[in-house]
Amino acid sequence: MSTPLRGLLQADPVVATAGASMFADALRDQAVEVTETDWQPPLDGSAPHLARVAGDPRRREANELAWQRMTAAGADFVDVRPASEALGLERGTFLHAGPPIEWERASGPLRGALIGAMLFEGMADTAEAAEAALAGGDVELEPCHHRDAVGPMAGVVSPSMWVYELRDEVHDHTSWCSLNEGLGKVLRYGAYGPEVIDRLHWMNSVLGPLLQQAIRAAGPIDVKSIISQMLQMGDEGHNRNRAGSLMLLRELLPTLITADGSSSDIAEAVRFSGANEHFFLNLGMPACKLSTLAAEGIPGSTVVTTMARNGTDFGIRTAGTGDQWFTGPANTPEGLFLGSYGPDDANPDIGDSAITETAGIGGFAMAAAPAIVKFVGGDVPLALRATRTMYEITVGEHTAYQVPILEFRGTPTGIDVSAVARTGILPQINTGMAGRVAGTGQVGAGLVTPPAACFTQAIAALAAAVPGDG
Amino acid sequence: MTDHLELRSGAYYDSVSLMQVSRQVAGGNGVSAAQVAMATELNLEVIGAMGFTVPQGVQPNELVVAIRADDADGVAAGLAALDAALAGLRSAGSGAGGFGAAPPPRTLGRAVRAGDATLALVSVPGQHATVEAFDAIAQGVSVMVFSDNVPVEDEVRLKDAAAAQDVLVMGPDCGTAVVGGVALGFANVVERGPVGIVAASGTGAQQVMALLDAAGLGVSHCLGVGGRDLSSAVGGRSTRQALAALAADEATESILVVSKPPAAEVLADLEGYAAGLGKPVHWATLGAGRPDLTAAVESFLGALGREVPPWPHWDALPISATLKDPPDQDPHDASESDGSRREPRFLRGLFCGGTLADEAMLVAAQELGVGLRSNIPLSPDLALDADLRAQAHLVIDFGDDELTRGRAHPMIDPTLRLERIAAEGADPGCGVLLLDLVLGHGAHPDPAPELAEAIRGARAVATAAGRDLPVVVSLTGTRGDPQGLDTSGAQLSAAGAAVHLSNAEATRHALALLGVDRDGATR
Repeated sequence: MSTPLRGLLQADPVVATAGASMFADALRDQAVEVTETDWQPPLDGSAPHLARVAGDPRRREANELAWQRMTAAGADFVDVRPASEALGLERGTFLHAGPPIEWERASGPLRGALIGAMLFEGMADTAEAAEAALAGGDVELEPCHHRDAVGPMAGVVSPSMWVYELRDEVHDHTSWCSLNEGLGKVLRYGAYGPEVIDRLHWMNSVLGPLLQQAIRAAGPIDVKSIISQMLQMGDEGHNRNRAGSLMLLRELLPTLITADGSSSDIAEAVRFSGANEHFFLNLGMPACKLSTLAAEGIPGSTVVTTMARNGTDFGIRTAGTGDQWFTGPANTPEGLFLGSYGPDDANPDIGDSAITETAGIGGFAMAAAPAIVKFVGGDVPLALRATRTMYEITVGEHTAYQVPILEFRGTPTGIDVSAVARTGILPQINTGMAGRVAGTGQVGAGLVTPPAACFTQAIAALAAAVPGDG
Repeated sequence: MTDHLELRSGAYYDSVSLMQVSRQVAGGNGVSAAQVAMATELNLEVIGAMGFTVPQGVQPNELVVAIRADDADGVAAGLAALDAALAGLRSAGSGAGGFGAAPPPRTLGRAVRAGDATLALVSVPGQHATVEAFDAIAQGVSVMVFSDNVPVEDEVRLKDAAAAQDVLVMGPDCGTAVVGGVALGFANVVERGPVGIVAASGTGAQQVMALLDAAGLGVSHCLGVGGRDLSSAVGGRSTRQALAALAADEATESILVVSKPPAAEVLADLEGYAAGLGKPVHWATLGAGRPDLTAAVESFLGALGREVPPWPHWDALPISATLKDPPDQDPHDASESDGSRREPRFLRGLFCGGTLADEAMLVAAQELGVGLRSNIPLSPDLALDADLRAQAHLVIDFGDDELTRGRAHPMIDPTLRLERIAAEGADPGCGVLLLDLVLGHGAHPDPAPELAEAIRGARAVATAAGRDLPVVVSLTGTRGDPQGLDTSGAQLSAAGAAVHLSNAEATRHALALLGVDRDGATR
């Protein structure tokens, strides 16, 4: 017969406490080893829901499964194609970042990007005409996430734009993301001037087809492997992609330079891609999307599968609540500003790029990228603390993505809604900042967290989904 | 010689770590050479030079494992060493420090993992206790829930989840436990010994342990189960588990179950279960017509063939400064000849321990022949109003949920009770004051002087009004307690209180001072 209560009565107890520290002190007085919880009350109104979810017998295994799937998911870069072809995106429909939103509530940068897309698609000749058409409801707006795609910042994808295509062969999933336009005045930050539109046309006619030839000739590129290496080279995969971008270019160069195209076009494509420190971001994001996609639809799991912002609302979805969005007003990032821009110029949080944090990199891997504090603000201890704090709200550690300074500990992976609600620790996101006014472009970069309301709504819905009476 | 070469994708390790891994694999039993490396061109050359044939098209991101061994067993040993070494790399990182201290754990589950704990203790506010307790159970450890105000349906869910994990929920509202000699919550310092206690009552368990200590008998474990465990709603879920664990425990020779008044059918059920455990189980379960705790301990000692000692007590010392009568005269005579004829005088029991209050009411009700008014009444018709006052015999439990909301337990913060003691001193209806004082871990570090002062004050007020106010204290403690049992007893007796270790004896003494005979008549 095995010893009852797991041998509790047979060994000297080692105790963990939550609550009054006098009890921990009394134990220490008896020379008992004690670990104290730095306990704080949960997010407002979440206590009864937390109690219900905590007792859900499915939860532990469901979250374990979510973590397993997230870390097992593959991410192979396989193709570059127009969105109309890859996503079946029909004319008259634009994709955008974040949870669903209509034109009336759209923020400046999203409006700017939508106007740019109208001009780019030839659906309007002037910005005014584009705005009128959008306000008149001529265009269908749909979140990228509803088509398993992701888009940085405004995340606007129109049918003619070319997109990267990534495959998770383990779970047979596909994800897509637009091509990165570089920094400065770009569509994803809400700019729509002639240079923005001209660049988009060049990307469509020159860059996209060349990248398509290059990737088709090179064969699948293991993006997950690049992420694991870039984390060991000082990138965190959201706001710092320098090593990742160079490694991607290294993989593509041999077949890019032998592609069927004019040498000047190839040279321009190489120069453009090499000059772009965020060249890799648009592959890292769909790789992360494939990871979280694998965790979708697990009843009883409290793991977050989506965090996304449209510049007005921040929205999350969870493994245990299907397609339902839980939204709250997006916060405005705090950080460093470009040129003469200041806090008043910044738009609230925007973009699908928080998929990186959802999958365990970005802000969650900040300790791997101490140099990022020069870009987003803060100091090196903050970067270390950010990652270590995220372990408190995640269900596991990534098996492939590791942080050298933390002795190669896996990155915190799989945000647990109940842990967020219990501790009040909100996910740490590194992000770019878009100008508040349509047409401005990027104004800075910084740190931001989701509104707590997303998590209090989600925990209530998860509690309601627990089977049984009550 | 057997060569083994395999490629693993999706696993990136740095070269320094892999050098260590290679060395560990090469040290495997029967392994003659090994190289584990990322498939860079350089590494592939090294592996090729060792005589291995590397297939075409290997990606630099793949991990190459090359093992040369005497035979297949050697290869297996090498692969086992590889798995252990890679797992070691990951676990070395888990919880690793890096720069500075890691942030403290923010949930109990994290704390359990961080400290490799075998037991958890929850004392957060009641509405949050369920979540923390579930977290501990999910981590596979038993949990003591000190918190009160936890819904009974949560208690049932917690206990069912715990049973499925083969761990124990001690509580909620569990004040006392001793596990492997370690006192948790409010607990007295007892010698290790052969008696295992299952306690659905915190101060009841403390009283029993104090009596056993006085009888020279030690305790193996005292497993609290929460005051509601023997109710119909909870059905003895934790008691059953605790009984089974103590039955299997070699240090435990006999078991004593201590409880507030249990549900009859639950008690009957448990008695049946206990009969099949192969170890003697005795019951100290309070209830009308059942033995008090002292009597239960006495018959337990008898069953073990041990002598029942005289229970320690400290006589009330006359206080010359406040005494009008000569010391050789009974100090109570004056008031009885004076006051009690004009108006009725009542027992006033002011308690910190719920079970001690219960026991006092049971003993007093039997002696007085009438029920006592209380905030934790033995029957609903005896409930006190919110002001907790009545011209009647009454007992107040200052440790009850209602009186501890937003306030520390009176064993830690005695303010409310001290105020009431002063008020009773001024109340002509108060014929005798019965108080408890519980020592041990978790309690006030030195509560006797403050209580003695309050007793002196109340008696002085009564004396000034021409009355005498006898005081009896039920003092629960052991000789090992940090506060000092004898010192505390002496301090209280010096204040004019009669002090008893046995709560039942203290109650009977108080009734005698009130002038009540065993037949219930007032002299």
